Amino acid sequence: MREIRLKVTGLEVRLGRSGPDVVRDVSFAVPAGEVLGLVGESGSGKTTVALALLGHTRRGLHIAAGQVLLDGTDLLALGPRDLRAARGARVSYVPQDPSSALNPALRVGTQLREVLQVHAGAVGKVSDRVAEVLREVRLDPTQEMLRRYPHQLSGGQQQRIALAMAFACRPSLIVLDEPTTGLDVSTQRHVLETVRSLCRSYGVAAVYVSHDLAVVSGLVSGVAVMYAGRVVEIGSTARLFGEPVHPYTRGLIGAVPSPDRAEALVGIEGQQPRPGRRGAGCSFAARCGYAISDCTTWTLEPVVVAGRSVRCLRASELQAIHPERLAAAAVCSPTAASTPAMSVRGVTARYGSTPVLHAVGLEVPSRACVAVVGESGSGKTTLARCVAGLHSNWTGEITFHGSLLARGARQRDKDLLRRVQYIFQNPYSSLNPRKTVGQIIDQQLEQFTGLTRADRSARVVGILENVSLNPDLLSSYPDQLSGGERQRVAIARALVVEPDLLICDEVTSSLDVSVQAIIVELLRRIQEERHLAMIFITHNLALVRSIAQSAVVLRQGSVVESGPVARILEHPADPYTQRLIEHVPKLRNGAW
Amino acid sequence: MAVNAPIAPAARPRPVQRVRRHRWGTLLWSAARTPRGAIGLVLASFVVLVAVIGPFVAPNSPEALVTLAFGKPSGQFPLGGDFLGRDVLSRVLNGGWVLLIMAAIATAIGISGGAAAGVSAAYLRGVSDGIIMRAVDVILSFPQLVFALLLLSLLGPQLWLITITVGVSHAPQVARVLRSATLDVSERDFVKAAELQGMRPAKVMWKEILPNLVSPLMVETGLRLTYSIVIIAGLAFLGFGPPPPAATWGTMINENREGLSLNPWAVIVPALLIALLTIGTNTFTDAFARVAIGVDRRPQEAALIDDLGREPSE
Repeated sequence: MREIRLKVTGLEVRLGRSGPDVVRDVSFAVPAGEVLGLVGESGSGKTTVALALLGHTRRGLHIAAGQVLLDGTDLLALGPRDLRAARGARVSYVPQDPSSALNPALRVGTQLREVLQVHAGAVGKVSDRVAEVLREVRLDPTQEMLRRYPHQLSGGQQQRIALAMAFACRPSLIVLDEPTTGLDVSTQRHVLETVRSLCRSYGVAAVYVSHDLAVVSGLVSGVAVMYAGRVVEIGSTARLFGEPVHPYTRGLIGAVPSPDRAEALVGIEGQQPRPGRRGAGCSFAARCGYAISDCTTWTLEPVVVAGRSVRCLRASELQAIHPERLAAAAVCSPTAASTPAMSVRGVTARYGSTPVLHAVGLEVPSRACVAVVGESGSGKTTLARCVAGLHSNWTGEITFHGSLLARGARQRDKDLLRRVQYIFQNPYSSLNPRKTVGQIIDQQLEQFTGLTRADRSARVVGILENVSLNPDLLSSYPDQLSGGERQRVAIARALVVEPDLLICDEVTSSLDVSVQAIIVELLRRIQEERHLAMIFITHNLALVRSIAQSAVVLRQGSVVESGPVARILEHPADPYTQRLIEHVPKLRNGAW
Repeated sequence: MAVNAPIAPAARPRPVQRVRRHRWGTLLWSAARTPRGAIGLVLASFVVLVAVIGPFVAPNSPEALVTLAFGKPSGQFPLGGDFLGRDVLSRVLNGGWVLLIMAAIATAIGISGGAAAGVSAAYLRGVSDGIIMRAVDVILSFPQLVFALLLLSLLGPQLWLITITVGVSHAPQVARVLRSATLDVSERDFVKAAELQGMRPAKVMWKEILPNLVSPLMVETGLRLTYSIVIIAGLAFLGFGPPPPAATWGTMINENREGLSLNPWAVIVPALLIALLTIGTNTFTDAFARVAIGVDRRPQEAALIDDLGREPSE
């Protein structure tokens, strides 16, 4: 084990000076040259911890206790002046979204030099260091690159610039807050490798915040799993992902889809409690399949079990129980002679005069699910919008059960609109915030059916049960629901009018993995029960196997490959597909 | 090991109480609780109270000649007499309600007309947007008071006409503000979802978009109310108001300004009431706007909402 660079003990962040705790009892250590992964669902406090490592909190929060020892000095004890000197020089931060973190009005060279000028004397001559650090993050250190503005760079290049700024002063600690979330898998892979090799060669300790366990498993040497503001399990990546002990860690790992195996995804039902509602005992008890009555009353200290520290009352018992992964949920093969529910032939779509789809063809058998896969900018969402009638600037033909579809939704008749339902990517914008769940679903029935009010409300209750939502939610507004619940409401809205074809546009991309698993399972169950035809748009190849029978791979608006899922994932013919599959982050047992 | 099967999951109670609530009501209430909002509300309510109760408590008829012209304040006439020798206090108490009603109606006209134009311009886009917004630009190029004077000198000084004119002169500004608010809302997916339900454009605007514009609408209402009061009082001062001998605050300032050295109260009190009213409505509107966009939300609430209310979007 190399020397310990960063040591955090008893970190506690509160809401206001005396409010409820947001993060509590967080302790970990990171050796030089290694990366610690901080994982958990959204709201678990991981970003709060990440910011506290720089002595910073978001508005309204307050660091109440704890130490952040970096090479022996406590960052939290520094005065404002010293803290400012330390930030950027000894400890630096890479934010989630580089497109908003870089100043759009300044050239990237100016921004890079700025860091070095602020911390003058940290490392040699500014211009030499700029060129050097650009080479370190594998960008061309040319004048031309330095003279560009952020919008002239791709997402991956922007993130490399952000990395270069963070590494410029050769810090001892670097905090990365989900730096690859918005990037394509191949770009993501390159950025991750850059981070890893930089940390290794310069002995930098890094803390990598992520909700994506697969990404973390390939990158880091140690993992801390956070839940409701506490670290519930912390240990080496190999141990933690190989034999998770805490039921929450097990749940998270069970929810991660894999392109290699066809298995049912198991999510974690329920929501984590918010600060102030965490109560005594284990916060996870209410969602835990292993909970016993003592779990809700005992406040527990972490115990060391099987080489890692776990905050669970039953840790030593659970260590011996190995949960079986659920066997391949038979994602049934398409019924051989089924007629196509929808076929798309030679569709070319444009935005203004820029073509984004080139003669795309696609066939959706009735009662089957077709996955449309591609990176961002591949035109997959445009394709879905053309089919749904939301985008009308296209040529070619789309037939639905034998009849040609009109281009825009306005030209289609009511019955057709009812039979083709569209579920949007972002449940935070697809539900009207001023309407209750009941009103949102009821409106769909009101528009499409001539049912009486009483009949409609019976249907609304029925459909909520069908998507496993408590009918108590009828009078709630969308902002009172979690992301998963909102997406279920959106699914219920689509299903309540009994469509024939369901178009799911990246429906899980804004959700946590544990929730993603639940939604994918729900869609799969419903598709089988109702014999729906389904188009499942996704950028995540790993999900495809859990839901679809056949897949279409799009690249820059053209279909590069299509066929049964198993063939595409196991024997991809096109080099592009091969590269995509190779770059999908997989949950590894810490081999690195 | 004794345990080889997971224990059945415990029943999961719904932890969070979910209640129905009216957001704009909540917002109004929290605006009223900020110092700024409380001051505004107190000022405006005081003036409104004077105007509403005034006619019932006035000691004399507002039109009766009971004292000397520009008579000094005395025990019987606390604010003295006006240029004809009428009781200033009684005229002040009687002169507010017409102004308030006219201002309220003018605001309603301006807001509804402006909202209709702005929302439809933004949602329908294309040709409708062009026509509506160019018309708006033309009206905006005249100063509001000049525009109102122009219309009134063409059409004659009728009370209902003054009210409508002031309302119409507000509409373009309201339309501009609501157009930009609508551009943002109409790009959201729930609007697309309604379009996929085959909803007519008018219904989409009314049922889906408008409820999401409550905050800008209320801020605009407060702001336009303030301007209506100023403009209507100003027009009355310039002679476009209720014909004599009716008492209104704006007319009173004009009528009595020659006697400013003899009995200043006949000018100061109506001017002060108009000032208090506009300051009050404007301050409260400001407080409301701050609460609505989250500046004055208490920091703890703000942190909770930022930290935990939203999930990261990809």
